[in-house]
Amino acid sequence: MSLKIRDLPNEELVAPGNSGCPGCGATMGARMAMKVLGSRTIMVNGTGCMTVNYGVLAAARFPYLHMLFETTGAVLSGLDAGLRSLGKREGVTLLGWAGDGGTADIGFQSLSGAVERGHKFVYICYDNESYMNTGGQRSGVTPYGASTTTCPAGKRSIGESRPMQRRKDMVEIMAAHGIPYAATASLAFPMDYMAKVKRAAEVDGPSYVHLLSPCPPGWGSNDELTVEVSRLAVETGMWILYEVVDGERKFNKRLKTLRPITDYLKTQKRFRHLLDQPEEIEKIQSFVTKRAERLGLLG
Amino acid sequence: MPHPWLKERPLTPCLRGGFSTVNQTGSWRVIRPVLDISKCRDCSMCWLYCPEGVIDRENNYSIDYDYCKGCGVCAVECPVDAIEMVKEE
Amino acid sequence: MASVFVSGNMAAAIGARQAEVNVVAAYPITPQTSIVEYLAKFVADGELDAQTIPVESEHSAMAACIGASLAGARAFTASSSQGLALMHEPVFAAAGLRLPLVMAVANRALSHPVTIWSDHSDSMAERDSGWLQFYCETCQEVLDTIIIGYRVAEDARVLLPAMVCLDGFYLSHLSEPVSVPAIEDVRRFAPKSAPKYPILDVDDPKSIGLVISPDFFTEFVYDKHASMSMARDVTEEAFAEFERMFGRRYSHLESYRIDDAEVVLVGMGTMAGTIRVAVDGLRARGMRVGALKIKTYRPFPGEEIRRALRGARVVAVVDRAVTYGTGGIAYYDVARELVNESPHPLLLDFVAGIGGRDITVDTINRVAEQALAVSLDGRRDDVTWVDANKETLAIWGLALR
Repeated sequence: MSLKIRDLPNEELVAPGNSGCPGCGATMGARMAMKVLGSRTIMVNGTGCMTVNYGVLAAARFPYLHMLFETTGAVLSGLDAGLRSLGKREGVTLLGWAGDGGTADIGFQSLSGAVERGHKFVYICYDNESYMNTGGQRSGVTPYGASTTTCPAGKRSIGESRPMQRRKDMVEIMAAHGIPYAATASLAFPMDYMAKVKRAAEVDGPSYVHLLSPCPPGWGSNDELTVEVSRLAVETGMWILYEVVDGERKFNKRLKTLRPITDYLKTQKRFRHLLDQPEEIEKIQSFVTKRAERLGLLG
Repeated sequence: MPHPWLKERPLTPCLRGGFSTVNQTGSWRVIRPVLDISKCRDCSMCWLYCPEGVIDRENNYSIDYDYCKGCGVCAVECPVDAIEMVKEE
Repeated sequence: MASVFVSGNMAAAIGARQAEVNVVAAYPITPQTSIVEYLAKFVADGELDAQTIPVESEHSAMAACIGASLAGARAFTASSSQGLALMHEPVFAAAGLRLPLVMAVANRALSHPVTIWSDHSDSMAERDSGWLQFYCETCQEVLDTIIIGYRVAEDARVLLPAMVCLDGFYLSHLSEPVSVPAIEDVRRFAPKSAPKYPILDVDDPKSIGLVISPDFFTEFVYDKHASMSMARDVTEEAFAEFERMFGRRYSHLESYRIDDAEVVLVGMGTMAGTIRVAVDGLRARGMRVGALKIKTYRPFPGEEIRRALRGARVVAVVDRAVTYGTGGIAYYDVARELVNESPHPLLLDFVAGIGGRDITVDTINRVAEQALAVSLDGRRDDVTWVDANKETLAIWGLALR
């Protein structure tokens, strides 16, 4: 049942000419998702970078709606009910596509409501760990130590100061709604990501995939390193690949050893100020190592 | 009684998918990927990773330079280093 | 046509049921709540074949209606006060996407201070959202206007959503005998047809909700304006057809004894009936007073207003909502239509019935008497808070000591 790269359709459901930045993780991730979801998919996109990518010049060759920032979950609910009421729900996939701000912050309530009510849709959060469409302000999932425009690093600031363990954990929150499927994903493990999206579309009820989505201009990473940065996030234990299937947690990537977190941090300007603060690096490293051990990711 | 404005009016901004092809993003590019097909092992990784979907794996991985933004992900992810990024003239 | 004895809220629910809405998404708020409760019960009892979405907020209620409408379904919601204020953002979006939704608004004042009682400040805050607005006086009018609302909103010349406003408690919880149009007749009056606006359809994929530049924005706004203006005639057509099919006549304005009136009292919603009763009493005392009810507030029936008020010496507008520091809100709409008339009547601005203060016959008598007095000494006064009591706040001041 495993997904093979050869079997992916050659047909491009996203037209070129979209306004995404070079090396955009969200653009890359959406294209991959559409490879497995197919053309009978309606994408509802709460305001974000994707609105610029798809919603200015209509790059999507499938029905696409940009709607207000916080409404993705509610609009999906309405579409689900509307299509059902008209007997047109069969064979149509509803896809919610929103960033971390639109998911973990402003769209949190409408997503939670839609998930709790049990509407059938796939929701993919492309997580670039801050409000990139407005130039990089912190969100509820910005990691500890990241410098953003609203929590800039400085003489008296480490950048984002919320401790690592209090980063809003969307997959756990979604799983706590008792939904059949929730997972994290990485662009560096595309077959794993796409298999998760496929599975998410197949389950009965709402499902949730949380994709780490590097943002070259926002993170200060090189355009060409979008996949490499994603890979380092997994290999350092900064990003954990796992899925929650009917409440059961399954970790998808075991690691022999963890690479030092600095391998990941040094690829991005937003973390650069940490590199000469060994006590901060140690703090993050210690959290990441302990977490990996606790979850049994190693060995 | 006709509408006083236009007979055929779009009501709200709405386009057919694919309109974006009017936007030739190739002009953004400062470095271009050049594939050495003799090295290519047909693994599809560049095709899969291209954010723009402008690499045609059915046609010797030809790259549509009208739209390639020159991000360079393909060159980094090619497992056999068959793609080189070359400075645009 | 069956007859039932029901509240304004039940009349609204029956209107939505007879219009065979496909999706109802709403959130509870006093005094609207029972509208969606009734609809949920209709669905539970198999009297209405619809999907109900018990959303987690009014913001999501409107967003879900937008989603349902973009699927091609006929959607309905209802709200009040804080709820309507919370959905302010998607209310504008619905109009911009040109979705023919219908929403019942059980009018209630906005906090703070906190109140559950009626005035028009909630729907007035949405006046410029691009929605049609109808203000109702009777339970029958509520039911009928919801059905008329769908016909007008879905008309290709209009394609703007419609708000049907009923004064909280005064009408939402008032019971009256109501005639219920048969579903077959409603189907002929307001047939469900293929959506005339862009929808999300996998067989005809489009991108909707796009970002556009200043090069185009004005024209899309102008189209809404032109369509709203057009809605005046489309609604008039609908009123005429409604009368032909159901025997009840509605019009943008309802005038009462204005032909020889020196003073015309203008009001909206339930106060209109009180004004008519007051007019009879004032006439009996020899005062030449008439009444004008504004039913269609958006689109504003300017031409009809000018015609109705042409002969009046004094026009007194009674508003149940305020624009702070100046006065009533509908006053400005009326004044705008008359200001270039020559000669134009003396225009007077009265605020009354705020936050559930009863507008009684006595209130209206005072309006008429003051209007007449002012007109005689020719003094143009500021807004008159005809039922405000200066001593009331002093009591609160004492309580603070």
